[in-house]
Formats: sequence, C-alpha cells, structure tokens
Amino acid sequence: MIKLIGILVVAVGFALRFNTLLVVMAAGIVTGLVSGMSFNEIMELFGKYFVENRYMTLPIVLMVPLIGLLERHGLQERAETLIRRTKSATAGRVILLYTAVRQMAIAIGIRIGGHAEAVRPLIAPMAEAAAHAQHGELPEKTVQAIRAHAAAGENVGNFFGEDVFIAVGAILLMRGFFDALGLNVSVWGMALWGIPTALVAFGVMVWRMRVLDRRIAREAAEPREVATGEGAK
Amino acid sequence: MKPFITVEIFYALIGAMFALIAVRSALDRRHGKRWGTALFWGLLATTYLLGKVLPPRVVGYLVLGMVALAALRQVQRADDKTPSRAEREASAERLGNRLFWPALLVPLTAVVGTLLLRFLPGDYFEWLELKQATLIVLGCGALLATAVALRTTGAPAISPAVEGSRLLQAIGWALILPQMLAALGGIFATAGVGKVVADLVTQALPTQIPFVAVAAYCGGMLLFTMCMGNAFAAFAVITGGIGLPLIVQQHHGNPAIMAGLGMLAGYCGTLMTPMAANFNVVPAMLLDLKDKNAVVKAQVPIALAIFTANLLIMYLAVYRF
Repeated sequence: MIKLIGILVVAVGFALRFNTLLVVMAAGIVTGLVSGMSFNEIMELFGKYFVENRYMTLPIVLMVPLIGLLERHGLQERAETLIRRTKSATAGRVILLYTAVRQMAIAIGIRIGGHAEAVRPLIAPMAEAAAHAQHGELPEKTVQAIRAHAAAGENVGNFFGEDVFIAVGAILLMRGFFDALGLNVSVWGMALWGIPTALVAFGVMVWRMRVLDRRIAREAAEPREVATGEGAK
Repeated sequence: MKPFITVEIFYALIGAMFALIAVRSALDRRHGKRWGTALFWGLLATTYLLGKVLPPRVVGYLVLGMVALAALRQVQRADDKTPSRAEREASAERLGNRLFWPALLVPLTAVVGTLLLRFLPGDYFEWLELKQATLIVLGCGALLATAVALRTTGAPAISPAVEGSRLLQAIGWALILPQMLAALGGIFATAGVGKVVADLVTQALPTQIPFVAVAAYCGGMLLFTMCMGNAFAAFAVITGGIGLPLIVQQHHGNPAIMAGLGMLAGYCGTLMTPMAANFNVVPAMLLDLKDKNAVVKAQVPIALAIFTANLLIMYLAVYRF
C-alpha cells in the first residue's frame, strides 16, 4: 500500500498547483525511497528514462521552426481568409472533418497531422475563423474553448484510429505481451475488434462538435464588452 | 552495417537548437531571468547532445537541476518582437496559397515515406533505422518543408531557428514534462505500483460475475492510465493483474478482444489526465491556452462516452467470440 504514496503526491501536488515538474520528480523520489532504492539509483532511473524518451519532444521541436516561420508570414491569416469564403463552415465542422481525415489516415497506417504539425498552424485558426465569420467577434473564453476542442479532435482521431492498423505500436506491444507469456493471440482479432469503438468515437465527436457549435452561438450572443486586437484573433 | 540515418541525427539537431536558445538568453540583457533561463536550456541541450554518452546518473542530476530551476521560477520566455497582425495580413495577401505548400509538404512526405518503406524490399532498410522510421520520415519532411518555406518567404536562413526558439520558449519547461512523466511511470513500474493496484481491485470486487470482471479490467485500465499518463504502461500491469486471471482464465473470454478493447479503455484514461502531458498539456501551451487543463476538460465528456460504449462492446463480445 505504501507504494501508492507517489500517486497521492501527484494528486495533492496537482490540486495545490505546485510546479508540475517538481510534483512529478517528488513523486518519483518518494516512491523510489519507500521501495528501498537509494537516491542515486532514483537519479539513475530518471536519467535513463529521460534519455530513452527524448523522442517524445521530437515532433514538436522539429516542427516549430517551420510553423514559426510560416506564421510570421501570415499562415494563420491565410487559413482564416480561405475558411471565410466557405459559407457552410462552422468551428465544429472544421474540427470534425480534421478528426475524420486523421482517424482514417492512421487506420491505414499513415501518420499525418499532430498538435504542432496541423492543429496550431491550420485547424485551430480555421475553426476560430469559421466561428468568427458566422458570429462576429467572439469572447475570449469561446476562443479558448474552440482551441481546446481542436486539440481534442486531434487526440480522438489519433487514438481511436490507430489500433485498427496491425503494424502499429499498440498492437505490437500487446502481441509482445502475449508472446512473452507463451499465448498465441491473433493480431487481426485485436485490430478488427477496434473498429466498433473507432466508429463510436467518431460518433461521440459528431455530438460534441454540435454541442460546441451551439455553445459558440450562445456565447457570441451574450452581451459583453467587445474584445479587440490580439484577444480577438 | 550500421544504419545510415538514425534518430540521433535529429536529437543532435534539436540539441543545437536548445543550445542556441541558451546562448541567446544569456546574451539578452533585457531578459529578466537570463542566467536561469540560459542554464535550463543549456542543461536540456546537454541531455540531447550527449544523452547517449553520459552515464544515466549524471543525466538524472542534470534533470534535477532543470526541475529546480523551473520550480524556483528562473525559466522565463524572452520578450521577442513579432510582426503585427497588419504586417502578417499583408504578407498573407502577398504570398497567398503558396504559404500552405510547406505546411502540406510534411503530411505528403509522411504518406510517400510510409508507402515507400512498406513496398521496398527488406535490404533497402539497412541505411535507415526502421524502428524509428515514423520519426525519421517526419524529421526529413520537416527539414524539407523548412527549406521550401525559406525559399517561398525569402526569409533569412537563421529565421527558422529564431522563430522556433520563440515558440519553444512559449512552451517553456512544460516541454520536458512528457519525458519526466515517462520516467515517473518507469519508477512506478520498477517499484511494483501496478501489482498493488491490481490486487486491490481483485480483492475489493465480486469478480466471479462476468460483467464485473470486464468492468474491473476496463476501469483498471482507465484509472491506472490516468495515474501513469500512459496506456502502454498500464496495459502490462492491468492485463497481467486483472484481465488474464479473471476474464481469460476464470471466465474463458477471448484474449484478443479483451486486449484490443482494453487498450482503448486505457486511451479514454489518456484523454482525461494531465499526466499525459504530450497529448494534453503541451498542446494547451502550444495553443496559448490560459488554463493548462483546458484540453483535458474538453475531453472528459468525450472520454466517458467512448469508455461506456467500449465497455459494453467488450462485455457483449469477449465471452461470445
């Protein structure tokens, strides 16, 4: 039971809004110490996993020079111009279309999109511009909600399309797990049974994006001080 | 033969960019916390440039240094000038749809690269580290697209590095959060935290009822993924501790269906936790959201709906097929 103290440290630390890095490291150190590791051993584990997981930052860091350069030259503004010409576009539909493309592409093993690659430079600005074209100036909280949902669309498309394709990390990991136990489990079974949930996930996105569009309409109609300049971006 | 293109090349490139941020911060006299910020990015650069060479313990202490700097609020973004909205609109007007080409080149390279890799015979792989193929394809695409973008915009060659470092500083210390959480997950696994969770669940619930076994497994995947921030880490623990003994051995369920849908239950947990920083927290910083948990909050209703449906699908299918 005492080993669960790390989870407690994380929960309390997050709740009290301490620096997240500090909370995570403290949780690791406490868990290691109660499990009988020395401080040096814990540092060794942190170092080992930190280096092994350097790949996690790779997509973002490789993309930001390109995104920054294009944004400086008006990429987001251009995306907004395009979407304003499309009369039927709403914020929810822009995000939903992206989720659909993302999910189908990854289901056949092709990784396109991503938070740095597509959501920040294209999808979020397009969704905002669609809402802006429909409803005029939007309150800041609405703009923030649109962006958060664009990120959600990326995650849902990514997670629930992926397992349909058999050569993906998750399926290989599961197969490795069963192989290690000497169990012969079909990868096709694992992949094909992912399809119903993938369809459900997309259906849930359809519902949530309708809710988002209704929320935008409601919040845009609320009386308020008109946001200007950068805030209205 | 050693692979010709490895992911280490990209780590070195990234390390050089972090080093550039460190140097620029140190030289920036207007920067409020120039030394702390420079030290943070310098330490991070070291872990990328020398990560393979340094002993893990040394890297661990470098990480401790970075955490201390972040916790003491010594890491801040520089006050870089960006062009006004009017300037960007003028530029957008001038360049038009040509602005999209570099951005679209990245997914295009991903498609072509992935297809090429699949259809080329095995021998051709030797020059490329296949395990990391997706990352390498992405990296090549990003570099190619940046070169095209430089040509299109006519910006100076240093411009991508400067703009990139501006965006990275906006993300700030949260950039290393995914790696830190992965390390915490590793320590949890080494300490045997998952075994404790699995034992608690099996003792507390009437798992002789088939539906309860499925609910315990899916719920365990959800909760443990939320604690670890990673469904892959939860999978081995919860499948070994709850799924196999209860669903497969006790109730003779189909292991392939159990595993496939169990992983998806874990993904619902990933959607609901700030511990999955690379999916939830870093994007919030990247999108300039005031609330770091805004993405998680938007995803909670989505995740709960998918989780419920997924649980029912597993219950209806796992004992039948």
